[in-house]
Amino acid sequence: MLLSKALLRRHTVLPGFDLALGLTVLYLSLIVLIPLSATFLKTASLTWAVFIDTVTTPRVMATYRLTFGAAFAAAVLNAIAGLLVAWVLVRYRFWGKRVVDALVDLPFALPTAVAGITLTGLYATNGWIGQYLAMADIKVSFTPLGVFVAMTFIGLPFVVRTVQPVLEDVSSELEEASATLGASRWQTFGRVIFPIVVPALLTGFALAFARALGEYGSIIFIAGNMPMVSEITPLIIITKLEQYDYAGATAIAVVMLVMSFLLLLAINGLQAWARHRQGKV
Amino acid sequence: MRGALPQTRLSAATREPAWVRWLLISLALVFLSLFLFLPLVSVFFEALKRGWDVYLAAVVEPDAVSAIKLTLIAAAISVPLNLVFGVAGAWAIAKFDFRGKSVLLTLIDLPFSVSPVIAGLIFVLVFGLQGWFGSWLLAHDLKIIFAVPGIVLATVFITFPFVARELIPLMQAQGLEQEEAAVVLGASGWQVFWKVTMPNIKWALLYGVILCNARAMGEFGAVSVVSGHIRGMTNTMPLHIEILYNEYQFAAAFAVASLLAGLALVTLVLKYMVERRVQQQLAQAKFAGATA
Repeated sequence: MLLSKALLRRHTVLPGFDLALGLTVLYLSLIVLIPLSATFLKTASLTWAVFIDTVTTPRVMATYRLTFGAAFAAAVLNAIAGLLVAWVLVRYRFWGKRVVDALVDLPFALPTAVAGITLTGLYATNGWIGQYLAMADIKVSFTPLGVFVAMTFIGLPFVVRTVQPVLEDVSSELEEASATLGASRWQTFGRVIFPIVVPALLTGFALAFARALGEYGSIIFIAGNMPMVSEITPLIIITKLEQYDYAGATAIAVVMLVMSFLLLLAINGLQAWARHRQGKV
Repeated sequence: MRGALPQTRLSAATREPAWVRWLLISLALVFLSLFLFLPLVSVFFEALKRGWDVYLAAVVEPDAVSAIKLTLIAAAISVPLNLVFGVAGAWAIAKFDFRGKSVLLTLIDLPFSVSPVIAGLIFVLVFGLQGWFGSWLLAHDLKIIFAVPGIVLATVFITFPFVARELIPLMQAQGLEQEEAAVVLGASGWQVFWKVTMPNIKWALLYGVILCNARAMGEFGAVSVVSGHIRGMTNTMPLHIEILYNEYQFAAAFAVASLLAGLALVTLVLKYMVERRVQQQLAQAKFAGATA
């Protein structure tokens, strides 16, 4: 009864608030909050100078550059291609459309290890796709480009699934009005449809970017994992753990966690903006 | 109705010329082929390349069987746990207005934005030999890290938000009227939940469970950190795939991978079927809210 007295904002006849909230908070604390706090407490055992040294060695800096760079590039490709796929799925009819629509979610459902070994095989120099790229002297598997390919795969559904519902809601009256007023199809897209879609597009972009930053399973197979060249930040955490350097691993984990929190804030802000815009349109 | 546009809506002024349409469809399909369709096909192709005998041998081999068992155990524990607590969390958040609600909502989503590697790391910091409870666990001869309990914990963490996240928007849209009416008519708390709320949320609940299960069976990064990779003991299916692959047993690796890819396809089919029912229930709730 304590919880309901202290927290409830208005009277309710529904039962179960204390039980439901109590269970949720207890479970959340045990599984998520207390274990996560361990990273910050462990890092607090390091002095500030040691912490900075640990998270800025040249090898670690190289992993940040690769992880952030590849995640950003993959999210950009996913934003462009995802908008295209969403557009095609919402606007056009073609054979097999339903299957294509359902398969877009494959990267959510396919375990990352399976994705990793499959993409590695496909994009290796003797693989189905890699052999043609090899003719153009492009190597994908076991290079930083492979990291980009794996990140593109796992981020693929985000933009499609955030943009799709917004495109479906664009009312045809707006487009007709635009056409009536003499706009070309391109102008209608650029000045009427695109601005409506932008918040959802950015949200999808940020979600894909955040997912790619933390990805591990699919990337370690395709990257080749060479220090300074194709090593990602989550892998260096694992490497340090295997050398029993718990404090070092945790320090880098804290850097990643802070990045994720900042992104999470950005995503929440974008979604609020998107809701606001949708409400207005 | 998703995607099905009435033909009358497409007047000439608001549609693109045929060649643009076909160009855009082709571009989209080329992109999806390179990143989605070909990978999916190639899993099964690589798995069966050496024939059925090699495939079956890889799947029934003892280490593979024990990996399959462990994967099923981890899912069988983590999915029901997250189901019960997901429902409790959704009930608290959707049916009551209380201080700290938005913070709670953000915290429930937190595991989605944490790298799987970090999800594994935190349990090593708590239960590992050098961790908070390390010496106590050692003194009592209990093992969590590099053992099954650690794998289950990491899986529970990773799949934490799935059920709650599917339920909350639906239950918020459905509002309180039906439950309040039931209480006024004398129903007990559990009667309200089972007879009024449950029928309203069953499809969304199933949807959350499907997604939760797929992730639980496929998790790699978090489980990899806490497992210790002991063959036949602490290897899940994804970890078994990694070991086979690193030993250049490609056909066997892809054979086990094809089982998980099959699971992914089943997940997608179920998801597709259930998704429509969830949309229907959500639309009904919104309609009822609009007319009330």
